[in-house]
Amino acid sequence: MDTSPPVVLTPSLRPRTGLLRALSTFLYRRTTLFLLLLLTPPLLWFGIVYVGSLLALLTQSFYTFDDFTMEVTSTFTWANYAGLLDEANADIVLRTLGMAGAVTIASAALAFPIAYYMARYATGWRKGFFYIAVVLPMWASYIVKAYAWTVILSRGGIVYWGVEALGLLPALEWVLAQPVVGGSSLTTSTLGRFLVFTYVWLPFMVLPIQASIERVPGNLLQASADLGARPAQTFRTVLLPLAFPGVVAGSIFTFSLTLGDYIIPQLVGPPGLFIGTMVSTLQGSVGNVPMAAAFTVVPILLIGVYLTVARRLGAFDAL
Amino acid sequence: MRSEQAPLWLKVLAYGGLVFLHFPILVVALYAFNTEESAFSFPLKGFTLRWFREAAAREDVLAAIQLSLQVAAVATVVALVLGTLLAAALYRGRFFGKDALTLMVALPIALPGIITGIALLSAFRMAEVESGFWTIAVGHATFCVVMVHNNVVARFRRMPHSLVEASSDLGADGFQTFRHVVLPQLATALLAGGMLAFALSFDELIVTTFTAGHERTLPLWLLNQLGRPRDVPVTNVVALCVMLVTAAPILVAWRLTRGTEDVAGSSR
Repeated sequence: MDTSPPVVLTPSLRPRTGLLRALSTFLYRRTTLFLLLLLTPPLLWFGIVYVGSLLALLTQSFYTFDDFTMEVTSTFTWANYAGLLDEANADIVLRTLGMAGAVTIASAALAFPIAYYMARYATGWRKGFFYIAVVLPMWASYIVKAYAWTVILSRGGIVYWGVEALGLLPALEWVLAQPVVGGSSLTTSTLGRFLVFTYVWLPFMVLPIQASIERVPGNLLQASADLGARPAQTFRTVLLPLAFPGVVAGSIFTFSLTLGDYIIPQLVGPPGLFIGTMVSTLQGSVGNVPMAAAFTVVPILLIGVYLTVARRLGAFDAL
Repeated sequence: MRSEQAPLWLKVLAYGGLVFLHFPILVVALYAFNTEESAFSFPLKGFTLRWFREAAAREDVLAAIQLSLQVAAVATVVALVLGTLLAAALYRGRFFGKDALTLMVALPIALPGIITGIALLSAFRMAEVESGFWTIAVGHATFCVVMVHNNVVARFRRMPHSLVEASSDLGADGFQTFRHVVLPQLATALLAGGMLAFALSFDELIVTTFTAGHERTLPLWLLNQLGRPRDVPVTNVVALCVMLVTAAPILVAWRLTRGTEDVAGSSR
């Protein structure tokens, strides 16, 4: 015999009749209408606020900026896009691309061992520990991280103190005297800027690589070892090709984040504009919003090309 | 595989990487207690709590914190509503434009912040909207939606649809099913997504520089401080606090979504 007490439903749990029920049934039968109702608020928001803004930006890129009166008029012109082809602008684009490429390669090199250890060896609490240890710096305030590096790299700061204690100051001076990477001190050198960029975007590289290594079946690596491959061979011929989409997925972040950044180039490194700083200068101190708008098309195009290549390399399956 | 020991060089590289990731954070924490007034010099000169007291008495710091909290609260609420609606519409079935919608939600954080920022600014100018609290909040809400959406969509996909069918079979209408079956299942995903949205908004800088007008959120205050070497101690203290405030929601979100395949916070 069933001795459990009878189930008593609270009023809100009882089947009910009335308007709400009718409405619910009505929506259940018309799935398309229900879908539309769900989608209307977000569509309105994104359509008006976001897509609308992007269109406003695009429209402005065809407006005319008068160099003498410093005023923007809504006369149609191609002049802003023609101005993009200036030699000085090509310099800016190349400088930014070079940095984005270097940061991406360095992040991949630093991230791979961390990701590999996380995916293959860290078990139990260590796995959680590693995950948190990567995610926390990733989410830590961007401006605080950039600020921390200006403190670390400044003259009389930790790095100079450590280098001096080791007696390596002449070596550092020599590196800073080199063209391209150098500068008058670490905070005003391209090397310093590269270090900060690599630091800030490194966590974005670790997690996609870790996820892709997790997906490589362990028995493939064992099979490779059984067939006589040395660990280095297994790494090069089995693991790396299978984990490569993860590297490309991570590189999307490091590449595009470096490409669009405009705070770090202002804080660390030598003068010389980046795409981001150029856009913000044009918009802010110059007041030439049409030219700034045209300039934003450059990173969008570059990222578009990068994403197309990444897709070919299978990066989206690794995300 | 699991029983093997990692080679020493790999351990060194992996833990070395972690040290690199945490080193600057540690430095900020140490400098916040430094007695020296206006320099970055190392070794540190001594230990003091004086700057915490001074920072807490600064009107501009408190105003910036208050503004950032308010903006993050508004952005989070909007993101929760829009993100959940989108997730409910997108998690199942295929329809025309679905992929485009998924892309559109991710676009505000996928494209460089400077593009989102300048686009919003030019739109606000064209519409002749005065920059201020609401322009900041609208911008933040737009890129926070994806945080909630990702978390909730992942939860929807894990939730067996048979639960909803069982609820209907037992006589519940759609609203009752949502209230008593779906919502409890979503609760932790909503909380996690909301936490991440809050953290994202709280320390967003790049879009905010364009939409803030004369208002000053906490990250903008910090950026402005970098040009003021005489105010370094207070900057250090505020930097440390910002770090702690953003770390808390991340940890909570991680606890809430542990064990699910799409872990919260694994992408920004």
